[in-house]
Amino acid sequence: MKPTNDVVARLSGAVKRYGNLTALDGVDLVLHRGELLAVLGPNGAGKSTSISLLLGLIRPDGGRAELFGLDPQQIDARRRIGVMLQSAMLPLTLRVGELLRLVASYYPNPRPLIESAKLAGIGDLLQRPYGKLSGGQQRRVQFALALCGRPEIVFLDEPTVGMDIDARQKLWAAMLALVADGCSVVLTTHYLEEAESLAQRVVVLGKGRVLSEGSVDALRAQVPLTRIRCVTDLDPAVIATWPQVASVEHDGSHMRISTSAAENVLRRMLEADASLRELEVQRAGLAEAFTELTREENAVEQEAA
Amino acid sequence: MDAVTISTPSSATVSNHMSTARVMGAYLAEVRSECLRYMRSPGFMLPIMLFPSMFYLLFGIVMAKSEGADAARYLLASYGVFGVMSPGLFGFGVSLALERDGGLLTYKRALPMPPGAYLLGKMVMAMLAAAVVILLLLAMGIGMAHVTLSAAQAGLLLLTGVLGVLPFCALGMLVGTLIKGQGAPGMLNLVYLPMSFLSGLWIPMGMLPKVLQQIAPIWPSYHLHQVALAAVGMDHTGLLAHMGVLLGFAALFFVVAARRLRRYG
Repeated sequence: MKPTNDVVARLSGAVKRYGNLTALDGVDLVLHRGELLAVLGPNGAGKSTSISLLLGLIRPDGGRAELFGLDPQQIDARRRIGVMLQSAMLPLTLRVGELLRLVASYYPNPRPLIESAKLAGIGDLLQRPYGKLSGGQQRRVQFALALCGRPEIVFLDEPTVGMDIDARQKLWAAMLALVADGCSVVLTTHYLEEAESLAQRVVVLGKGRVLSEGSVDALRAQVPLTRIRCVTDLDPAVIATWPQVASVEHDGSHMRISTSAAENVLRRMLEADASLRELEVQRAGLAEAFTELTREENAVEQEAA
Repeated sequence: MDAVTISTPSSATVSNHMSTARVMGAYLAEVRSECLRYMRSPGFMLPIMLFPSMFYLLFGIVMAKSEGADAARYLLASYGVFGVMSPGLFGFGVSLALERDGGLLTYKRALPMPPGAYLLGKMVMAMLAAAVVILLLLAMGIGMAHVTLSAAQAGLLLLTGVLGVLPFCALGMLVGTLIKGQGAPGMLNLVYLPMSFLSGLWIPMGMLPKVLQQIAPIWPSYHLHQVALAAVGMDHTGLLAHMGVLLGFAALFFVVAARRLRRYG
Protein backbone atom coordinates (compact mmCIF):
# COMPACT_ATOMS: atom_id res chain seq x y z
CA MET A 1 0.00 0.00 0.00
CA LYS A 2 1.37 3.37 -0.94
CA PRO A 3 0.79 6.24 1.47
CA THR A 4 -0.81 9.31 -0.02
CA ASN A 5 1.63 12.09 -0.81
CA ASP A 6 0.12 14.38 1.72
CA VAL A 7 0.81 12.12 4.70
CA VAL A 8 4.30 12.51 6.14
CA ALA A 9 4.02 10.43 9.29
CA ARG A 10 1.63 7.76 10.44
CA LEU A 11 0.89 5.39 13.27
CA SER A 12 -1.51 2.63 12.31
CA GLY A 13 -2.94 0.45 15.02
CA ALA A 14 0.18 0.98 17.08
CA VAL A 15 0.44 -1.16 20.20
CA LYS A 16 3.21 -0.87 22.76
CA ARG A 17 3.45 -2.81 25.99
CA TYR A 18 5.90 -2.45 28.86
CA GLY A 19 5.51 -5.67 30.79
CA ASN A 20 1.92 -5.76 31.98
CA LEU A 21 1.32 -2.12 31.19
CA THR A 22 -0.16 -1.31 27.81
CA ALA A 23 1.18 2.13 26.96
CA LEU A 24 -0.46 2.28 23.54
CA ASP A 25 -3.51 0.24 22.71
CA GLY A 26 -4.04 0.53 18.97
CA VAL A 27 -3.37 4.18 18.17
CA ASP A 28 -4.00 5.58 14.70
CA LEU A 29 -2.42 8.91 14.04
CA VAL A 30 -1.74 10.76 10.82
CA LEU A 31 0.35 13.84 10.17
CA HIS A 32 -0.13 15.81 6.97
CA ARG A 33 2.41 17.98 5.21
CA GLY A 34 2.50 21.51 6.53
CA GLU A 35 0.17 21.07 9.47
CA LEU A 36 0.66 21.65 13.16
CA LEU A 37 -0.71 18.74 15.13
CA ALA A 38 -1.00 18.95 18.90
CA VAL A 39 -1.01 15.72 20.90
CA LEU A 40 -2.66 16.20 24.27
CA GLY A 41 -3.37 13.94 27.16
CA PRO A 42 -2.81 13.49 30.88
CA ASN A 43 0.45 12.01 32.12
CA GLY A 44 0.77 8.39 31.11
CA ALA A 45 -1.70 8.77 28.26
CA GLY A 46 0.84 7.60 25.70
CA LYS A 47 2.06 10.89 24.22
CA SER A 48 5.75 10.21 24.68
CA THR A 49 5.38 6.60 23.57
CA SER A 50 3.69 7.75 20.36
CA ILE A 51 6.49 10.20 19.65
CA SER A 52 9.13 7.59 20.47
CA LEU A 53 7.56 5.21 17.96
CA LEU A 54 7.58 7.85 15.24
CA LEU A 55 11.21 8.67 16.01
CA GLY A 56 12.18 5.01 15.82
CA LEU A 57 13.42 5.01 19.41
CA ILE A 58 11.23 2.03 20.19
CA ARG A 59 9.50 -0.56 18.03
CA PRO A 60 5.77 -1.19 18.16
CA ASP A 61 4.58 -4.55 19.52
CA GLY A 62 1.74 -4.37 17.03
CA GLY A 63 0.75 -2.12 14.13
CA ARG A 64 3.12 0.15 12.26
CA ALA A 65 4.98 3.42 12.58
CA GLU A 66 6.03 5.23 9.41
CA LEU A 67 7.95 8.36 8.51
CA PHE A 68 7.58 9.36 4.85
CA GLY A 69 6.44 5.80 4.21
CA LEU A 70 9.69 4.44 5.64
CA ASP A 71 10.59 2.66 8.84
CA PRO A 72 11.56 5.45 11.29
CA GLN A 73 14.68 3.51 12.22
CA GLN A 74 16.03 4.08 8.72
CA ILE A 75 18.47 6.95 8.77
CA ASP A 76 17.10 8.25 5.46
CA ALA A 77 13.77 8.89 7.15
CA ARG A 78 15.35 10.57 10.15
CA ARG A 79 17.41 12.87 7.91
CA ARG A 80 14.12 14.63 7.15
CA ILE A 81 13.05 15.29 10.73
CA GLY A 82 14.09 17.53 13.58
CA VAL A 83 13.63 16.73 17.25
CA MET A 84 13.31 18.52 20.54
CA LEU A 85 12.95 16.08 23.43
CA GLN A 86 11.68 16.82 26.90
CA SER A 87 14.81 15.87 28.77
CA ALA A 88 18.08 15.80 26.96
CA MET A 89 21.17 16.83 28.89
CA LEU A 90 23.29 18.31 26.13
CA PRO A 91 27.06 18.63 26.68
CA LEU A 92 27.47 21.58 29.03
CA THR A 93 30.96 22.59 27.98
CA LEU A 94 30.17 22.97 24.27
CA ARG A 95 29.29 26.42 22.97
CA VAL A 96 25.91 27.01 21.35
CA GLY A 97 27.50 27.53 17.93
CA GLU A 98 29.42 24.27 18.25
CA LEU A 99 26.26 22.37 19.14
CA LEU A 100 24.46 23.84 16.15
CA ARG A 101 27.31 22.99 13.83
CA LEU A 102 27.44 19.43 15.16
CA VAL A 103 23.74 18.68 14.76
CA ALA A 104 23.62 20.41 11.37
CA SER A 105 26.46 18.14 10.20
CA TYR A 106 24.10 15.14 10.42
CA TYR A 107 21.80 16.55 7.72
CA PRO A 108 22.24 16.57 3.95
CA ASN A 109 21.12 20.14 3.38
CA PRO A 110 21.09 22.11 6.65
CA ARG A 111 20.19 25.74 7.17
CA PRO A 112 23.04 28.20 7.48
CA LEU A 113 23.97 28.47 11.16
CA ILE A 114 22.99 32.12 11.42
CA GLU A 115 19.57 31.44 9.95
CA SER A 116 18.84 28.68 12.49
CA ALA A 117 20.03 30.90 15.31
CA LYS A 118 17.85 33.79 14.16
CA LEU A 119 14.75 31.62 13.76
CA ALA A 120 15.10 30.44 17.35
CA GLY A 121 16.15 33.87 18.65
CA ILE A 122 19.55 32.79 19.93
CA GLY A 123 21.75 34.87 17.62
CA ASP A 124 23.39 36.51 20.63
CA LEU A 125 24.15 33.23 22.42
CA LEU A 126 26.34 31.47 19.85
CA GLN A 127 29.58 31.98 21.76
CA ARG A 128 28.18 31.00 25.17
CA PRO A 129 28.76 27.55 26.69
CA TYR A 130 25.48 25.65 26.83
CA GLY A 131 25.88 24.97 30.56
CA LYS A 132 25.95 28.70 31.36
CA LEU A 133 22.53 29.38 29.84
CA SER A 134 19.23 29.74 31.69
CA GLY A 135 16.60 27.02 31.35
CA GLY A 136 14.59 29.06 28.88
CA GLN A 137 17.66 29.84 26.79
CA GLN A 138 18.59 26.16 26.73
CA ARG A 139 15.11 25.32 25.45
CA ARG A 140 15.53 27.85 22.65
CA VAL A 141 18.88 26.32 21.73
CA GLN A 142 17.22 22.90 21.61
CA PHE A 143 14.59 24.38 19.33
CA ALA A 144 17.31 25.76 17.06
CA LEU A 145 18.86 22.27 16.95
CA ALA A 146 15.47 20.84 15.96
CA LEU A 147 15.14 23.11 12.93
CA CYS A 148 18.79 23.44 11.86
CA GLY A 149 18.65 20.49 9.44
CA ARG A 150 15.87 22.06 7.34
CA PRO A 151 13.53 19.22 8.39
CA GLU A 152 10.17 18.42 6.84
CA ILE A 153 8.77 17.38 10.23
CA VAL A 154 9.69 18.80 13.60
CA PHE A 155 8.81 16.88 16.77
CA LEU A 156 8.51 19.09 19.81
CA ASP A 157 7.96 17.32 23.12
CA GLU A 158 6.76 19.87 25.70
CA PRO A 159 8.84 22.63 24.11
CA THR A 160 7.80 25.55 26.28
CA VAL A 161 8.20 24.00 29.74
CA GLY A 162 10.30 26.34 31.86
CA MET A 163 9.91 29.33 29.55
CA ASP A 164 8.57 32.71 30.56
CA ILE A 165 5.65 34.19 28.66
CA ASP A 166 7.79 36.31 26.40
CA ALA A 167 10.06 33.42 25.39
CA ARG A 168 7.05 31.17 24.91
CA GLN A 169 5.39 33.59 22.55
CA LYS A 170 8.59 33.95 20.55
CA LEU A 171 8.75 30.21 20.22
CA TRP A 172 5.14 30.10 19.11
CA ALA A 173 5.90 32.65 16.41
CA ALA A 174 8.88 30.59 15.28
CA MET A 175 6.74 27.45 15.12
CA LEU A 176 4.16 29.23 12.99
CA ALA A 177 6.93 30.47 10.71
CA LEU A 178 8.09 26.88 10.24
CA VAL A 179 4.57 25.76 9.39
CA ALA A 180 4.15 28.65 6.96
CA ASP A 181 7.31 27.37 5.32
CA GLY A 182 5.64 24.00 4.66
CA CYS A 183 7.13 22.13 7.61
CA SER A 184 4.89 19.83 9.65
CA VAL A 185 5.04 20.13 13.42
CA VAL A 186 4.04 17.57 16.04
CA LEU A 187 3.65 19.21 19.40
CA THR A 188 2.96 17.61 22.75
CA THR A 189 2.10 20.03 25.48
CA HIS A 190 0.56 20.47 28.89
CA TYR A 191 -0.49 24.01 28.07
CA LEU A 192 -3.88 23.84 26.45
CA GLU A 193 -3.77 27.47 25.41
CA GLU A 194 -0.69 26.53 23.41
CA ALA A 195 -2.60 23.91 21.46
CA GLU A 196 -5.60 26.21 21.21
CA SER A 197 -3.72 29.09 19.64
CA LEU A 198 -1.36 27.08 17.42
CA ALA A 199 -2.75 23.75 16.37
CA GLN A 200 -4.77 23.07 13.26
CA ARG A 201 -5.58 19.63 14.54
CA VAL A 202 -5.64 18.16 18.03
CA VAL A 203 -5.40 14.53 19.07
CA VAL A 204 -6.36 13.72 22.63
CA LEU A 205 -4.89 10.54 24.05
CA GLY A 206 -6.02 8.77 27.18
CA LYS A 207 -4.86 5.43 28.54
CA GLY A 208 -3.10 4.60 25.30
CA ARG A 209 -6.08 5.21 23.05
CA VAL A 210 -7.19 8.11 20.86
CA LEU A 211 -10.09 9.75 22.68
CA SER A 212 -10.72 12.46 20.16
CA GLU A 213 -9.25 13.83 16.99
CA GLY A 214 -10.09 16.89 14.96
CA SER A 215 -9.82 20.65 14.73
CA VAL A 216 -9.77 22.73 17.89
CA ASP A 217 -13.31 23.92 17.09
CA ALA A 218 -14.55 20.38 16.56
CA LEU A 219 -13.04 19.33 19.85
CA ARG A 220 -14.64 22.23 21.66
CA ALA A 221 -17.99 21.42 20.10
CA GLN A 222 -17.81 17.92 21.55
CA VAL A 223 -18.34 19.47 24.94
CA PRO A 224 -21.31 21.81 24.75
CA LEU A 225 -20.39 23.70 27.89
CA THR A 226 -20.66 27.44 28.43
CA ARG A 227 -18.88 29.42 31.09
CA ILE A 228 -20.76 32.05 33.11
CA ARG A 229 -18.69 34.44 35.15
CA CYS A 230 -20.19 37.12 37.41
CA VAL A 231 -20.29 38.69 40.86
CA THR A 232 -23.30 37.45 42.81
CA ASP A 233 -24.49 36.89 46.37
CA LEU A 234 -26.06 33.54 45.54
CA ASP A 235 -24.84 30.48 47.36
CA PRO A 236 -22.58 28.45 45.04
CA ALA A 237 -23.56 25.23 46.78
CA VAL A 238 -27.19 25.87 45.84
CA ILE A 239 -26.39 26.71 42.21
CA ALA A 240 -24.41 23.53 41.95
CA THR A 241 -27.58 21.56 42.63
CA TRP A 242 -29.45 23.18 39.72
CA PRO A 243 -30.05 20.99 36.68
CA GLN A 244 -27.41 21.01 33.93
CA VAL A 245 -24.82 22.82 36.04
CA ALA A 246 -21.51 21.02 35.59
CA SER A 247 -19.40 22.90 38.09
CA VAL A 248 -19.31 26.03 40.25
CA GLU A 249 -16.12 27.58 41.49
CA HIS A 250 -14.84 30.79 43.02
CA ASP A 251 -12.45 32.95 41.07
CA GLY A 252 -11.52 35.77 43.47
CA SER A 253 -14.67 37.82 43.99
CA HIS A 254 -16.23 36.22 40.95
CA MET A 255 -18.14 32.99 40.59
CA ARG A 256 -17.55 30.72 37.64
CA ILE A 257 -20.21 28.32 36.46
CA SER A 258 -19.91 25.74 33.71
CA THR A 259 -23.19 24.62 32.26
CA SER A 260 -24.71 23.03 29.21
CA ALA A 261 -27.83 25.21 29.47
CA ALA A 262 -26.55 28.73 29.93
CA GLU A 263 -29.86 30.41 29.08
CA ASN A 264 -31.87 28.58 31.72
CA VAL A 265 -29.25 28.94 34.43
CA LEU A 266 -28.80 32.65 33.70
CA ARG A 267 -32.56 33.31 33.78
CA ARG A 268 -32.80 31.68 37.19
CA MET A 269 -29.79 33.55 38.51
CA LEU A 270 -31.02 36.93 37.34
CA GLU A 271 -34.42 36.29 38.91
CA ALA A 272 -32.87 35.26 42.20
CA ASP A 273 -30.27 38.01 42.45
CA ALA A 274 -31.16 41.48 41.22
CA SER A 275 -27.73 42.76 42.18
CA LEU A 276 -25.86 40.32 39.90
CA ARG A 277 -23.18 42.23 37.98
CA GLU A 278 -20.03 42.01 35.83
CA LEU A 279 -21.63 39.25 33.81
CA GLU A 280 -19.62 37.40 31.18
CA VAL A 281 -20.80 34.46 29.13
CA GLN A 282 -18.30 32.49 27.10
CA ARG A 283 -18.26 29.26 25.23
CA ALA A 284 -16.06 26.66 26.88
CA GLY A 285 -12.47 26.51 25.72
CA LEU A 286 -10.23 23.61 25.02
CA ALA A 287 -9.40 23.30 28.70
CA GLU A 288 -12.99 22.40 29.62
CA ALA A 289 -13.29 20.08 26.66
CA PHE A 290 -10.09 18.39 27.64
CA THR A 291 -11.13 17.99 31.27
CA GLU A 292 -14.45 16.56 30.17
CA LEU A 293 -12.83 14.11 27.72
CA THR A 294 -10.28 12.84 30.18
CA ARG A 295 -12.48 12.96 33.26
CA GLU A 296 -12.97 9.22 33.29
CA GLU A 297 -9.23 8.68 33.05
CA ASN A 298 -8.57 11.00 35.96
CA ALA A 299 -11.13 9.25 38.12
CA VAL A 300 -9.55 5.88 37.38
CA GLU A 301 -6.09 7.26 38.01
CA GLN A 302 -7.08 8.69 41.36
CA GLU A 303 -8.64 5.45 42.44
CA ALA A 304 -5.46 3.63 41.56
CA ALA A 305 -3.29 6.17 43.38
CA MET B 1 18.37 1.28 -4.46
CA ASP B 2 17.09 1.72 -7.96
CA ALA B 3 16.24 5.41 -7.86
CA VAL B 4 16.54 5.94 -11.61
CA THR B 5 13.46 3.93 -12.46
CA ILE B 6 11.15 5.90 -10.17
CA SER B 7 9.12 7.99 -12.57
CA THR B 8 8.44 11.02 -10.41
CA PRO B 9 11.27 11.64 -8.00
CA SER B 10 10.18 14.60 -5.88
CA SER B 11 12.63 17.40 -5.37
CA ALA B 12 12.62 16.52 -1.68
CA THR B 13 14.17 13.11 -2.20
CA VAL B 14 16.89 14.55 -4.40
CA SER B 15 17.92 17.23 -1.94
CA ASN B 16 17.87 14.66 0.84
CA HIS B 17 20.68 12.64 -0.58
CA MET B 18 23.58 12.70 1.86
CA SER B 19 26.90 12.79 0.04
CA THR B 20 29.79 10.67 1.30
CA ALA B 21 31.73 13.82 2.02
CA ARG B 22 28.97 15.07 4.29
CA VAL B 23 28.73 11.72 6.07
CA MET B 24 32.48 11.85 6.71
CA GLY B 25 32.03 15.42 7.86
CA ALA B 26 29.43 14.25 10.37
CA TYR B 27 31.84 11.68 11.82
CA LEU B 28 34.53 14.33 12.08
CA ALA B 29 32.17 16.82 13.71
CA GLU B 30 31.16 14.22 16.27
CA VAL B 31 34.78 13.38 17.08
CA ARG B 32 35.69 17.04 17.33
CA SER B 33 32.78 17.85 19.65
CA GLU B 34 33.48 14.89 21.89
CA CYS B 35 37.15 15.82 22.25
CA LEU B 36 36.46 19.52 22.82
CA ARG B 37 33.82 18.75 25.33
CA TYR B 38 35.99 16.59 27.56
CA MET B 39 39.21 18.54 27.15
CA ARG B 40 37.26 21.52 28.49
CA SER B 41 35.96 19.62 31.45
CA PRO B 42 38.46 19.81 34.34
CA GLY B 43 36.42 17.33 36.38
CA PHE B 44 37.23 14.74 33.75
CA MET B 45 40.78 15.65 32.68
CA LEU B 46 42.34 16.48 36.06
CA PRO B 47 41.92 13.11 37.81
CA ILE B 48 42.99 11.31 34.65
CA MET B 49 46.21 13.31 34.48
CA LEU B 50 46.93 13.79 38.17
CA PHE B 51 46.65 10.27 39.57
CA PRO B 52 49.22 8.52 37.38
CA SER B 53 51.62 11.47 37.45
CA MET B 54 51.43 11.82 41.24
CA PHE B 55 51.96 8.10 41.73
CA TYR B 56 54.85 8.11 39.31
CA LEU B 57 56.42 11.10 41.00
CA LEU B 58 56.13 9.50 44.42
CA PHE B 59 56.93 5.84 43.73
CA GLY B 60 58.83 6.03 40.47
CA ILE B 61 60.99 9.09 41.00
CA VAL B 62 61.28 10.10 44.67
CA MET B 63 61.21 6.70 46.36
CA ALA B 64 62.96 4.74 43.64
CA LYS B 65 65.97 7.01 43.51
CA SER B 66 68.21 4.50 45.25
CA GLU B 67 67.16 1.71 42.94
CA GLY B 68 68.55 3.42 39.86
CA ALA B 69 67.17 4.41 36.49
CA ASP B 70 65.87 0.93 35.71
CA ALA B 71 63.25 1.17 38.44
CA ALA B 72 62.11 4.50 37.02
CA ARG B 73 62.01 2.93 33.57
CA TYR B 74 60.02 -0.07 34.77
CA LEU B 75 57.56 2.12 36.64
CA LEU B 76 57.18 4.41 33.65
CA ALA B 77 55.62 1.47 31.84
CA SER B 78 53.56 0.50 34.92
CA TYR B 79 52.11 3.94 35.59
CA GLY B 80 51.73 4.53 31.89
CA VAL B 81 49.36 1.55 31.75
CA PHE B 82 47.66 2.68 34.97
CA GLY B 83 47.18 6.12 33.44
CA VAL B 84 45.90 4.79 30.13
CA MET B 85 43.24 2.64 31.73
CA SER B 86 41.31 5.54 33.21
CA PRO B 87 40.37 7.52 30.08
CA GLY B 88 39.13 4.23 28.64
CA LEU B 89 37.17 3.11 31.67
CA PHE B 90 35.94 6.50 32.84
CA GLY B 91 35.84 8.44 29.60
CA PHE B 92 33.82 5.74 27.97
CA GLY B 93 32.04 4.06 30.84
CA VAL B 94 31.01 6.99 33.00
CA SER B 95 30.00 9.21 30.11
CA LEU B 96 27.95 6.43 28.54
CA ALA B 97 26.23 5.66 31.85
CA LEU B 98 25.45 9.34 32.43
CA GLU B 99 24.26 9.93 28.89
CA ARG B 100 21.98 6.93 28.95
CA ASP B 101 20.52 8.37 32.14
CA GLY B 102 20.40 12.02 31.08
CA GLY B 103 18.66 11.44 27.75
CA LEU B 104 21.53 12.51 25.50
CA LEU B 105 21.87 9.02 24.05
CA THR B 106 18.14 8.90 23.31
CA TYR B 107 18.36 12.30 21.67
CA LYS B 108 21.27 11.21 19.51
CA ARG B 109 19.43 8.08 18.48
CA ALA B 110 16.50 10.19 17.31
CA LEU B 111 18.84 12.37 15.25
CA PRO B 112 20.23 11.19 11.91
CA MET B 113 23.69 10.76 13.38
CA PRO B 114 25.61 8.28 11.19
CA PRO B 115 25.90 4.83 12.78
CA GLY B 116 28.78 4.39 15.18
CA ALA B 117 29.67 8.09 15.25
CA TYR B 118 28.78 8.28 18.92
CA LEU B 119 31.15 5.46 19.85
CA LEU B 120 33.84 6.65 17.47
CA GLY B 121 33.80 10.10 19.06
CA LYS B 122 34.29 8.67 22.53
CA MET B 123 36.99 6.32 21.31
CA VAL B 124 39.06 9.06 19.71
CA MET B 125 38.59 11.22 22.79
CA ALA B 126 39.90 8.41 25.02
CA MET B 127 42.87 7.82 22.69
CA LEU B 128 43.73 11.49 22.80
CA ALA B 129 43.50 11.61 26.60
CA ALA B 130 45.68 8.49 26.78
CA ALA B 131 48.27 10.21 24.59
CA VAL B 132 48.28 13.21 26.91
CA VAL B 133 48.85 11.00 29.96
CA ILE B 134 51.73 9.10 28.32
CA LEU B 135 53.39 12.32 27.13
CA LEU B 136 53.14 13.72 30.64
CA LEU B 137 54.74 10.63 32.17
CA LEU B 138 57.43 10.53 29.46
CA ALA B 139 58.34 14.13 30.22
CA MET B 140 58.59 13.33 33.92
CA GLY B 141 60.58 10.15 33.36
CA ILE B 142 63.06 11.72 31.01
CA GLY B 143 63.24 15.12 32.66
CA MET B 144 63.14 14.22 36.34
CA ALA B 145 64.18 10.58 36.67
CA HIS B 146 66.72 10.72 33.82
CA VAL B 147 65.39 7.59 32.18
CA THR B 148 67.23 7.20 28.89
CA LEU B 149 64.85 6.31 26.13
CA SER B 150 65.47 6.30 22.42
CA ALA B 151 62.99 8.23 20.30
CA ALA B 152 61.71 4.89 19.01
CA GLN B 153 61.09 3.60 22.54
CA ALA B 154 59.25 6.77 23.53
CA GLY B 155 57.22 6.53 20.34
CA LEU B 156 56.39 2.88 20.98
CA LEU B 157 55.24 3.64 24.52
CA LEU B 158 53.01 6.39 23.14
CA LEU B 159 51.61 4.01 20.55
CA THR B 160 51.08 1.37 23.24
CA GLY B 161 49.11 3.89 25.26
CA VAL B 162 47.01 5.19 22.39
CA LEU B 163 46.05 1.71 21.16
CA GLY B 164 46.14 0.10 24.58
CA VAL B 165 43.29 2.30 25.76
CA LEU B 166 40.91 0.47 23.41
CA PRO B 167 40.28 -2.72 25.43
CA PHE B 168 39.52 -0.49 28.40
CA CYS B 169 37.16 1.61 26.29
CA ALA B 170 35.32 -1.61 25.49
CA LEU B 171 35.29 -2.66 29.17
CA GLY B 172 34.10 0.82 30.17
CA MET B 173 31.40 0.63 27.52
CA LEU B 174 30.26 -2.72 28.89
CA VAL B 175 30.03 -1.36 32.44
CA GLY B 176 28.30 1.75 31.07
CA THR B 177 25.61 -0.40 29.49
CA LEU B 178 25.11 -2.37 32.72
CA ILE B 179 24.83 0.56 35.10
CA LYS B 180 22.93 3.80 34.60
CA GLY B 181 23.85 7.21 35.91
CA GLN B 182 25.73 8.07 39.08
CA GLY B 183 26.42 4.49 40.13
CA ALA B 184 28.92 4.01 37.33
CA PRO B 185 31.98 5.88 38.73
CA GLY B 186 31.94 3.81 41.92
CA MET B 187 31.56 0.57 40.03
CA LEU B 188 34.36 1.50 37.64
CA ASN B 189 36.68 2.30 40.53
CA LEU B 190 35.92 -1.16 41.87
CA VAL B 191 37.15 -2.50 38.55
CA TYR B 192 40.00 -0.03 38.01
CA LEU B 193 41.86 0.00 41.30
CA PRO B 194 41.91 -3.72 42.18
CA MET B 195 42.72 -4.63 38.59
CA SER B 196 45.66 -2.23 38.56
CA PHE B 197 47.00 -3.67 41.80
CA LEU B 198 46.51 -7.29 40.74
CA SER B 199 48.27 -6.68 37.42
CA GLY B 200 51.41 -5.48 39.15
CA LEU B 201 51.05 -1.84 38.18
CA TRP B 202 51.54 -0.52 41.70
CA ILE B 203 53.89 -3.14 43.10
CA PRO B 204 56.00 -5.14 40.64
CA MET B 205 54.55 -8.55 39.91
CA GLY B 206 57.47 -10.42 41.47
CA MET B 207 56.67 -8.93 44.88
CA LEU B 208 53.05 -10.09 44.85
CA PRO B 209 51.97 -13.42 46.40
CA LYS B 210 52.39 -16.44 44.17
CA VAL B 211 48.67 -17.03 43.71
CA LEU B 212 48.11 -13.46 42.49
CA GLN B 213 50.98 -13.90 40.03
CA GLN B 214 49.31 -17.01 38.72
CA ILE B 215 45.93 -15.43 38.11
CA ALA B 216 47.39 -12.18 36.71
CA PRO B 217 46.87 -13.20 33.05
CA ILE B 218 43.10 -12.94 33.47
CA TRP B 219 43.43 -9.13 33.70
CA PRO B 220 43.75 -7.18 30.44
CA SER B 221 45.97 -4.64 32.21
CA TYR B 222 48.54 -7.37 32.93
CA HIS B 223 48.94 -7.96 29.22
CA LEU B 224 49.13 -4.27 28.39
CA HIS B 225 51.79 -3.92 31.07
CA GLN B 226 53.90 -6.55 29.34
CA VAL B 227 53.52 -4.73 26.01
CA ALA B 228 54.49 -1.42 27.63
CA LEU B 229 57.56 -3.00 29.24
CA ALA B 230 58.62 -4.27 25.85
CA ALA B 231 58.14 -0.79 24.40
CA VAL B 232 60.58 0.81 26.87
CA GLY B 233 63.08 -2.02 26.38
CA MET B 234 62.56 -4.02 29.59
CA ASP B 235 62.34 -7.78 30.00
CA HIS B 236 59.01 -9.13 28.91
CA THR B 237 57.37 -12.29 27.75
CA GLY B 238 55.86 -13.28 24.38
CA LEU B 239 54.74 -9.97 22.91
CA LEU B 240 52.40 -11.23 20.20
CA ALA B 241 50.47 -13.42 22.60
CA HIS B 242 49.81 -10.42 24.87
CA MET B 243 48.63 -8.31 21.96
CA GLY B 244 46.38 -11.14 20.81
CA VAL B 245 44.84 -11.45 24.27
CA LEU B 246 44.22 -7.67 24.40
CA LEU B 247 42.56 -7.78 21.02
CA GLY B 248 40.41 -10.66 22.19
CA PHE B 249 39.38 -8.83 25.37
CA ALA B 250 38.51 -5.71 23.36
CA ALA B 251 36.42 -7.67 20.85
CA LEU B 252 34.60 -9.65 23.53
CA PHE B 253 33.71 -6.62 25.68
CA PHE B 254 32.70 -4.63 22.64
CA VAL B 255 30.43 -7.28 21.16
CA VAL B 256 28.63 -7.90 24.45
CA ALA B 257 28.30 -4.16 25.14
CA ALA B 258 27.06 -3.36 21.63
CA ARG B 259 24.42 -6.07 21.93
CA ARG B 260 23.21 -4.69 25.23
CA LEU B 261 23.19 -1.15 23.86
CA ARG B 262 21.13 -2.14 20.84
CA ARG B 263 18.69 -4.13 22.93
CA TYR B 264 18.19 -1.94 25.96
CA GLY B 265 19.44 1.47 24.79
